[in-house]
Amino acid sequence: MAPLLEVDNLSIGFGEAPPVVSNVSFSIEPGETLALVGESGSGKTLTCRSALRILPGTAQIRQGQIRFNPDQTVASANDLLALSERKMRDIRGNSISMIFQEPMRSLSPLHRIGNQVSEVLRLHRDMTPKEAHKLVLNNFERVGFPDPERAYQSYPFELSGGMRQRAMIAMAMVAKPSLLIADEPTTALDVTTQAQVLGLIKDLQQETGMSVILVTHDLGVVANMAEQVVVMNKGRVMESGTAEAVLGSPAHGYTKKLFAAAPMIPEVAEPAAPLDIEDPILQLRRVRKTFTMRAGGWKESKEIYACRDVNLVLPRGKTLAVVGESGSGKTTCARIALGAEIPDPGSEIFFRPKAGEADVAIHDMSRSEKVAFQKQAQMVFQDPYSSLSPRMRIQEALTEPMEIHKIGDRTARRDKAAEMLRWVGLSPDMLSRYPHAFSGGQRQRLSIARALTLDPVLLVCDEPTSALDVSVQDQILTLLETIRDGMGLSYLFISHDLAVVSRIADDVAVMRQGMVVEQAPAETLFYNPRHPYTKALIAAQPEPDLNRPIDLSLVSKGAGAPDTWGEEFRFDGDTAPDLIELEPGHKVRAHV
Amino acid sequence: MMFIRYAIYRLMTMIVTLFVVSILIFIIINLPPGDYLSNQIAELRATGQAEGVAKAEFLRKEYALDRPLWEQYLIWAGFAPGPQGFSGLIQGDFGWSFEFDRPVADIVGDALWLTVLVNLAAVLFVYLVALPLGVIAAARSESWVDYTAAFVGYLGLATPNFLLALMLFYYGNKYLGLPIGGLMSPEYEGEPMSWPKVQSILVHMIVPTFVIGTSGAAAMMQRLRANMLDELSKPYVETARAKGLSPSRMLTKYPLRMAFNPFVADIGNLLPGMVSGSVLVSVVLGLQTIGPALLTALKSQDQFLAAFILMFVALLTLIGTMISDLLLVLLDPRIRYGARDG
Repeated sequence: MAPLLEVDNLSIGFGEAPPVVSNVSFSIEPGETLALVGESGSGKTLTCRSALRILPGTAQIRQGQIRFNPDQTVASANDLLALSERKMRDIRGNSISMIFQEPMRSLSPLHRIGNQVSEVLRLHRDMTPKEAHKLVLNNFERVGFPDPERAYQSYPFELSGGMRQRAMIAMAMVAKPSLLIADEPTTALDVTTQAQVLGLIKDLQQETGMSVILVTHDLGVVANMAEQVVVMNKGRVMESGTAEAVLGSPAHGYTKKLFAAAPMIPEVAEPAAPLDIEDPILQLRRVRKTFTMRAGGWKESKEIYACRDVNLVLPRGKTLAVVGESGSGKTTCARIALGAEIPDPGSEIFFRPKAGEADVAIHDMSRSEKVAFQKQAQMVFQDPYSSLSPRMRIQEALTEPMEIHKIGDRTARRDKAAEMLRWVGLSPDMLSRYPHAFSGGQRQRLSIARALTLDPVLLVCDEPTSALDVSVQDQILTLLETIRDGMGLSYLFISHDLAVVSRIADDVAVMRQGMVVEQAPAETLFYNPRHPYTKALIAAQPEPDLNRPIDLSLVSKGAGAPDTWGEEFRFDGDTAPDLIELEPGHKVRAHV
Repeated sequence: MMFIRYAIYRLMTMIVTLFVVSILIFIIINLPPGDYLSNQIAELRATGQAEGVAKAEFLRKEYALDRPLWEQYLIWAGFAPGPQGFSGLIQGDFGWSFEFDRPVADIVGDALWLTVLVNLAAVLFVYLVALPLGVIAAARSESWVDYTAAFVGYLGLATPNFLLALMLFYYGNKYLGLPIGGLMSPEYEGEPMSWPKVQSILVHMIVPTFVIGTSGAAAMMQRLRANMLDELSKPYVETARAKGLSPSRMLTKYPLRMAFNPFVADIGNLLPGMVSGSVLVSVVLGLQTIGPALLTALKSQDQFLAAFILMFVALLTLIGTMISDLLLVLLDPRIRYGARDG
């Protein structure tokens, strides 16, 4: 059988600079899935886009061929890079289609979903609008829209991220292409949604016999999807071969490094003992937060519960992780704990700066207490690119907190900043640089250094690694562990990624719709998860191991709305069951 | 259904705004000390013309200028009975012009709809010129088309309107035989509407439209270009390209629709700028719009005339913003359905 697509010696560059993709070759057979794996900057996205010739305007293809052979005959074989723009338009969306990373922004907000999807048919098929409408509805049903007609009439902003990605898939599939290019199709989605979307792509592939090029940085996704793997780094192919070969026994050092860095949920042999909570640094008691959504004009406003009766205790020197999907209320919890958000009356948050000292009530602080608290509790943000001002030198960024709190003189502040840089593994002579001179991982180190300059005792980390590459994520987690143990810090760690949490957390609280549904010491939780939602989160985690595929049935059991859970756990609206203690330290929200 | 409800809601807010604006206008007009009649009386007394003083005193009573300001306002607006009973703006009596010694309605009559006509033509000109130029400048950004459009645009912004008007009159008359000054040939003035009169008005409007519209078009073009450039780098444009859309259809269907919002929202801002900006141009070009009348009225404290013209401009602006708001609701589903499912 001839390959469907053959990339041969492809090089791409910008301007006069050396090429960013050089001598890349691979081929894909009909019906096969090929994974293009690499970290940001590896050139994987440029490579896959060159097959559709939708590169940015300044990128030039320096050399190479991309041979595409949809009908398996000599006559239909074409070099895509040599085709006229007119002929290329017939291929785009028709025999090769593409799904993009950000479903939120990849659909036009002003056009109905149905219009945008059926446009593909209007362009490439000779169909009456009625036939096109019918075909699109069939497709919508196939990709899992419960009410296809309603979806057809919807605008993108009315759908959730997962539903938008389904609409994107429907758009890519409607013309029955022979090749689907999926560029990080699930990176922006919650882990349970990711599992469902990956399952859907796999099913559709089996039905239609198309080939898939899956661009991803996640080896777990690769293991679940791909037959062929191409590992790229800095524009070059490092290693390629079948999934068994590459994942089973990686030969190249870079692939091995990726493997070592990929976070995994550990297999736990026995549950852990409950945490000793004699000296809690932070306590949240019956924390509630209601947001009132103004619907505008004449509509009635609506109440949204971001947190409902959240009780959390963080023992000194430990890490408490709050896990949940977007919208679960985990970030609101963190903001309340920092005093950045005012909880509903009746909620109580206590902070104990030192062992044996009196508790400070965060929900009811005086001005001086507030200033003192701000020194002792600091935050590390998710996006290291936007959390550092591009106009401030590193030294200014690091000394500013001390200036605000009037600590030390100029030289003392400078020394402190230099010391903090050493703590996070950077060199003090970087102090005079601007943030743009640093990579994503280095920037995250800088924001950790900035959080540490005031000698805090509590650090709130809001998804500190989710914007980073896996190998960098690994380094940052190691750094956080080192600092916690070296400086005696306590962490409140917010994350959506159970694999990351399993690595760093002592105690884990799983949140769903503003409520803690299960809470246990990390080992206990992974040894004996009880709640269907926790089970779904664990099952949905893609593991870089061919023998442990995602269990979609477990995911769909727990990832749905609370009224679809099993009898024991089900709840509806405001009447949720209480948290009950199964074993010491292990609580789950269930009917007795 | 929802749209109609919104339109009614919007109309109500417009009426309330108009009420507030009328108060503000009346206060501002009365801020300078004295009024037209008291100034005149003082002047007549000084020169010893007794019968003139009597007439002015009579007019003062007649138009209630001797009463406190708030009463004057209520009478002017028609909320309270004046010396002639209820006779104010809402009853359709726009007051008396002391300067011209005629009812305000007589003076502004023709000028009103000519003003609307000239400014609508200018707005239309702005949109017809700015839309294609802005889109092309963005699609071919940093090419000779872009630079030429920007150069001509900045030239249009930088040249004073009345200077442009004088130049265009001279060359338009010399090479194209366009008429100079006025909005119609003198023989049609005061005549009832007829086809030759319409033709005459259309020919006379060419230069004023161009003059009043140029700077607005230049500014609008640059705004549209910037908006388009923003939109062109969004991922949904890439999606559209990956579908196999041709560049021109892709451009008009997706990014242009998005860039259109600020474009539409500008209608309301454009109108007052043009009306007040065209006062000087109207004087220079001898256009029979309300511009010159406003200038005279403000200079001589002819308060009812000035107040009425300002009210009229405010009304135009409010109608402009209402139209752009309603259009936005029609154009952008996010505004229309933003709260549909909570």
